[in-house]
Amino acid sequence: MKPANPLNSQQRWLRPVLIGTGVTLTVLLLVIPLVFIFVAAMSAGLGGLWHNLKDPDMLHAIGLTLFIAGLTVPINLVFGTLIAWCVTRFTFPGRRLLLTLIDIPFAVSPVVAGLLYLLLYGANGPFANLLDQVDLQLMFAWPGLVMVTVFVSCPFVVRELVPLMSTLGTEQEEAAVLLGASGWKVFWDITLPNIRWALLYGVILTNARAVGEFGAVSVVSGTIRGQTNTLPLHIELLQQDYNTAGAFIAAAILTLIAIATLVVKAFLQWKLARETT
Amino acid sequence: MRAILLTAALLGAQLALPAQAKELLNSSYDIARELFADINPLFVQHWQQQTGETLTINQSHGGSSRQAQAIIQGLRADVVTFNQSTDIDILHQRGNLLPENWRERLPNNASPYYSTMAFLVRKGNPKGIQSWEDLTKEGVTLVFPNPKTSGNARYTYLAAYGDALQRFGDDRDAARAWMAEFLARVAVFDTGGRGATTSFIDRNLGDVLITFESEVNNIIKQYPDLGLERVVPPTNVLAEFPVAWIDRNVARNGTETQAKAYLEFLYSEPAQRLLASYYYRVHHDTVKAEVAEQFPVTELFTVEAVFGSWEQVNREHFANNAELDRLLAEGRRRR
Repeated sequence: MKPANPLNSQQRWLRPVLIGTGVTLTVLLLVIPLVFIFVAAMSAGLGGLWHNLKDPDMLHAIGLTLFIAGLTVPINLVFGTLIAWCVTRFTFPGRRLLLTLIDIPFAVSPVVAGLLYLLLYGANGPFANLLDQVDLQLMFAWPGLVMVTVFVSCPFVVRELVPLMSTLGTEQEEAAVLLGASGWKVFWDITLPNIRWALLYGVILTNARAVGEFGAVSVVSGTIRGQTNTLPLHIELLQQDYNTAGAFIAAAILTLIAIATLVVKAFLQWKLARETT
Repeated sequence: MRAILLTAALLGAQLALPAQAKELLNSSYDIARELFADINPLFVQHWQQQTGETLTINQSHGGSSRQAQAIIQGLRADVVTFNQSTDIDILHQRGNLLPENWRERLPNNASPYYSTMAFLVRKGNPKGIQSWEDLTKEGVTLVFPNPKTSGNARYTYLAAYGDALQRFGDDRDAARAWMAEFLARVAVFDTGGRGATTSFIDRNLGDVLITFESEVNNIIKQYPDLGLERVVPPTNVLAEFPVAWIDRNVARNGTETQAKAYLEFLYSEPAQRLLASYYYRVHHDTVKAEVAEQFPVTELFTVEAVFGSWEQVNREHFANNAELDRLLAEGRRRR
């Protein structure tokens, strides 16, 4: 019997068409806009670049964005691992509900998330008096920015870990426990090496989202320059001030942070690959 | 051990009370950034000379309704410098953050400067636009933002309507017919003033951009090569820029004297001169005489005198299915 492959007769023209479409779309949608960001950022020349870069508000926006990501990533790393561990290693009533709850930050618009926090922890919320007594300002200050960023980026680590940990199963860990290993040792020597790739990927995604978040942050920021203005908010602000070059410079910095994250990821991948061989 | 504890306690105290040096937070409207970036150092210097105290002034900018919302939700601004008095009224109504009579606490209705609407026309004013009436000449198209979302455009709508009422001797039907035609000439309704500017300049849409006089002058300065020209129509609306200190917040921050002094400073000669250089109209007599030729004389009417309170205006004109929506629908039917 002849193998029936309907593609065979068409392959000759199908392949270049498919590849061509893919490449064209990539160039149009990804490469050109990316290059354009950097070209536009340089449009004001080196002097303009330096002038915009040394602006204290710009420096503060960069610092604040990195600071928020620096807090968000570890919080979500620990939180995400705990939740994933919980739902894949134990069965308990409400397990499915918990998994669904974790997806809520993906399902609701970030603006809604910001508004929720504002209504809950703002001056008219149920905790207003309590926060007032201890003189703790959450909204329109950096703690609020961190809170909403943690919220919108919390599903990434969980979502990366859960499928993997489900397929891995519990045999190795059970064996370790039977051989007398402590809980911590099991996690460190058995679980972590198995999930580190997924974990790393989750961290990269969390970081990307934390650095780039606009909607939720915009609601609780109050956009005080030099205090609560993150880099994405700063881009909008510069754009509205007719400082297009400045806006593109800020955008270029944001892009560079993203590229740096990818480089770190690639480096870790390479290092881990060497370790295992 | 004791020393460590003591240091930790001191450090903790410092973290808990970061406002050792006095700070003021000015919550302001979108396009006032450059303005206050210039005014603030003047006041800081003035205050230092007067009292020896070093102040830091922080700025927050956004649409003024949105800024008011943030303050109600807990943004601890000491002073507001807005472009709509309704947005300060709401701070009293919703949050009781300041007394109802805030307008009477500072001169000129608590509005240190004011502006009016102006037309930005293309090089040489090819369509010969001089007045509101000219805007409905054959083939003229307009650009201004959506009055539903932009305070700026509300003033444009009210200025045009006020002029039409005057022209047609309060014949409401004739004025309404003209307004329907006027609104039908708008090429695009952007959500805000800056968006409308982009449509007019970058997308080259429309023959006339209508916005605040101050903004028209700034755009001309921003794009010197385009040869854009300013036209101030002979009758126009008074657009006030009201300011107030937020009593609740200054009491909490211990900044009442500084906040008051800051706002009073806006009426002083150096500040008024700076305001005039940003093409705002000012009250100070000396400065007014200096810059008289910059500002064409125009007959200004207040929104309240022609249309009643802002609350009434919003209800009768800008609410869903109110006058604006009806006029837009009529304009569409006619085409």
